[in-house]
Amino acid sequence: MVTTLLLWMLPVATFAEDEEAPVFENAEYNHQCFKCHGQKTYRYYNESMDREMKDRMNPYFIIDSALYYQSNHASFMCTDCHSPEYETFPHAGELRMEQQFACLDCHGGDETYAHYQFERIEEEFQASIHSTKHNEDFTCWMCHNPHTYKINARNNHNIKEVIVYDNNICLSCHADINKYQLLSDEENPSILAAHEWLPNQTLHFSKVRCIECHTEIDKEMLIAHKVCSKEKAVKRCVECHSQNSLLTATLYKFETFEKRNKLGFFNAAILTDHYIIGANRNYYLNVASIVIFGLTLLVIIIHAILRIISK
Amino acid sequence: MESKLYLYPVWLRIWHIINAVLFLVLIATGLSLQYASVDYSFIDFEIAVSTHNIAGVAITIAYFMFVFGNLFTKNGKFYKIKRKGFFSDLFTQIKYYSYGIFVHQKTPFPVTAKRKFNPLQKVSYVGAMYFLFPIMILSGLALIFPEFIVPNVFGFSGIHLTGLVHIISGFGLSIFLCIHLYFCTIGKTPTSNFKSMIDGYH
Ligand code: HEC
Ligand code: HEC
Ligand code: HEC
Ligand code: HEC
Ligand code: HEC
Ligand code: HEC
Ligand code: HEC
Ligand code: HEM
Repeated sequence: MVTTLLLWMLPVATFAEDEEAPVFENAEYNHQCFKCHGQKTYRYYNESMDREMKDRMNPYFIIDSALYYQSNHASFMCTDCHSPEYETFPHAGELRMEQQFACLDCHGGDETYAHYQFERIEEEFQASIHSTKHNEDFTCWMCHNPHTYKINARNNHNIKEVIVYDNNICLSCHADINKYQLLSDEENPSILAAHEWLPNQTLHFSKVRCIECHTEIDKEMLIAHKVCSKEKAVKRCVECHSQNSLLTATLYKFETFEKRNKLGFFNAAILTDHYIIGANRNYYLNVASIVIFGLTLLVIIIHAILRIISK
Repeated sequence: MESKLYLYPVWLRIWHIINAVLFLVLIATGLSLQYASVDYSFIDFEIAVSTHNIAGVAITIAYFMFVFGNLFTKNGKFYKIKRKGFFSDLFTQIKYYSYGIFVHQKTPFPVTAKRKFNPLQKVSYVGAMYFLFPIMILSGLALIFPEFIVPNVFGFSGIHLTGLVHIISGFGLSIFLCIHLYFCTIGKTPTSNFKSMIDGYH
């Protein structure tokens, strides 16, 4: 059981190594922070003892520089979001109280990012169960790690990777009691137990995302953000396992638009890459089977009639 | 008429009735799954999935009963196809079914203790039981244990390919069943073959 959980959480960050590493203008500046925040241990000069000391870094404060430089905000200086006073060590105590930006502080009303519909996402998020129950504490950063978040569904054509990436976001709390309890004093309910009713759980969780079942579908958005209470979650199999599978409006949204126009028949997109009982109906097979079945019956009926007549 | 032939041993009749019932269940649940819809449901999806799985495993076990029965009893010899005269015999039988039968000719391959099936029956039984059936069983088992499926075949989803193979072989067997049922009505009387399958005597 535990291993299946771990399987979903396999990291997706497997980028081709030979890909030429782009140069980041602020890499040099950021290096002064990564020197400490990129490692398990760091060194600093202890003035009162007058010697260099080595210490362990708080694991939650370690940032993977590789992931950082693949993220949306790779071009940033650390101090674009954090106070420049962090340049000194030990960091001043009151920095702990520094105010964090919200996504909308930078992206709100910006034409460049209009296609992401930040305002609408914000609205949906405000209405979500996470936000309504934990208002101020639950921010966008909880799901979008400030140092690693990278858009996936929009530009990654490997659906498997997208699924793992997106599910890991949810599992970062729902499979990790430490992060979960940042927000709640309760134990986090076991995901495996909560979805016992779903057969082939491992297969399902590697083929669909949590948000397929747990958010209210919004036709205009690529990623719906309104996570609803568990009572509203999709439980009926046929919502996916049918010709009008909800997956065409969520997971396969991009694919579906592109391919359906080209091939012009239903479920063209799902057809080639996935096999979802009930949703995969090969148009040609359907026609062929009806024709073959009809012909068989016809021959049988004619034969039977002739037998009766000639009796 | 002449002395009766005992052609259908007990194990065969037991297999056959189990097989027939399970097969009908599989067709009903299989169709229901393939044409599942949000607005109506022939059989509830969850129930259809589990019933289809259980019936599938059961018919597999029954299938082994059929294979072992034919390996270790005399019944197996009825399924041996002789190469000599294969096509001409087949043609003779087809001619009979498409013409001779209507003008009351004698059947060219009457049932004897040595020959239970006419050539056409033989190929269709062999085709159904030793070709389509194993394909259907293997692809079906693969769908129950998808972790063993090769994920990608020439850029095409392996599980999707398996699904197609399963549906096509299932469809093929369903067509076989229609023809099979009809041809079973061609006996001494339309019902005599069905009686044979119950009491064992031809
Ligand atoms: C000499 C090592 C060192 C360097 C260089 C360093 N830090 Fe830190 N930083 C730490 C340690 C140790 C902590 C945890 C203890 C503390 O808060 O002082 C920390 C904590 C932090 C925190 C978390 C504060 C909190 O409590 O939430 C932030 C944010 C941070 N550093 C940002 C930076 C930035 C930005 C830079 C570069 C401009 C930087 N640090 C450079 C060692 C370093
Ligand atoms: C896009 C804005 C942004 C950039 C760029 C950024 N941070 Fe942060 N960082 C944040 C936010 C927001 C938090 C608070 C996260 C939270 O509350 O969950 C944070 C938290 C931290 C923490 C505390 C750990 C934690 O999870 O609370 C450390 C340490 C840190 N940042 C270091 C850095 C370093 C080093 C860099 C540069 C390599 C950097 N940050 C770049 C926004 C940013
Ligand atoms: C301090 C301002 C700031 C904050 C806070 C901030 N962003 Fe950004 N974001 C930017 C800038 C500037 C860029 C463009 C970076 C570039 O092109 O190198 C960007 C890029 C992005 C992109 C990629 C856009 C593209 O088309 O490549 C996404 C997605 C994004 N941000 C989402 C978010 C989310 C979600 C949050 C909050 C969790 C957030 N940002 C917080 C300033 C910010
Ligand atoms: C409960 C978790 C969660 C919270 C909270 C959350 N998001 Fe997201 N968000 C996701 C997931 C999952 C994705 C899909 C990531 C991907 O594949 O690109 C996503 C994607 C996005 C995208 C990219 C959408 C696109 O069209 O490509 C933006 C922009 C975004 N979120 C902004 C926000 C903002 C702004 C907030 C806060 C108001 C927020 N998110 C809060 C889970 C969350
Ligand atoms: C930062 C941690 C965190 C992340 C990330 C997170 N959740 Fe949650 N989630 C919680 C907490 C805490 C609760 C409990 C809310 C409560 O009842 O107090 C919760 C509750 C839920 C519930 C149950 C609501 C109910 O009716 O009891 C669902 C469903 C849910 N989350 C789905 C998701 C999905 C889907 C994602 C990913 C898109 C996600 N969560 C990401 C922390 C998180
Ligand atoms: C196929 C649809 C589906 C998928 C996929 C799915 N869930 Fe659920 N989930 C449900 C349903 C339905 C329930 C309510 C179960 C119940 O009431 O018995 C639920 C319940 C929950 C709960 C509440 C548990 C409790 O006992 O309070 C959480 C948290 C949750 N899911 C998180 C997740 C996360 C995280 C993922 C992704 C790894 C996920 N779900 C994937 C349908 C789904
Ligand atoms: C959120 C959408 C969704 C829901 C809800 C859902 N499924 Fe699935 N199901 C899928 C997808 C996607 C696959 C795997 C497709 C693939 O392999 O590419 C799948 C696969 C399966 C398989 C495995 C088929 C095989 O190839 O072995 C079974 C069995 C199954 N689902 C049964 C159910 C049952 C029963 C329910 C209701 C209790 C259900 N599903 C609900 C999306 C869903
Ligand atoms: C409702 C369903 C069915 C009925 C009423 C039925 C009826 C019969 C009858 C009357 C016979 C004896 C006639 C003969 O020897 O040809 C027979 C034999 C046979 N049937 Fe069926 N059948 C059914 C389903 C099936 C199915 C689904 C299969 C396999 C997929 C099948 C495979 C066979 C085989 C292999 C024999 C020959 C057995 C032997 O003598 O060795 N039948 N069936």
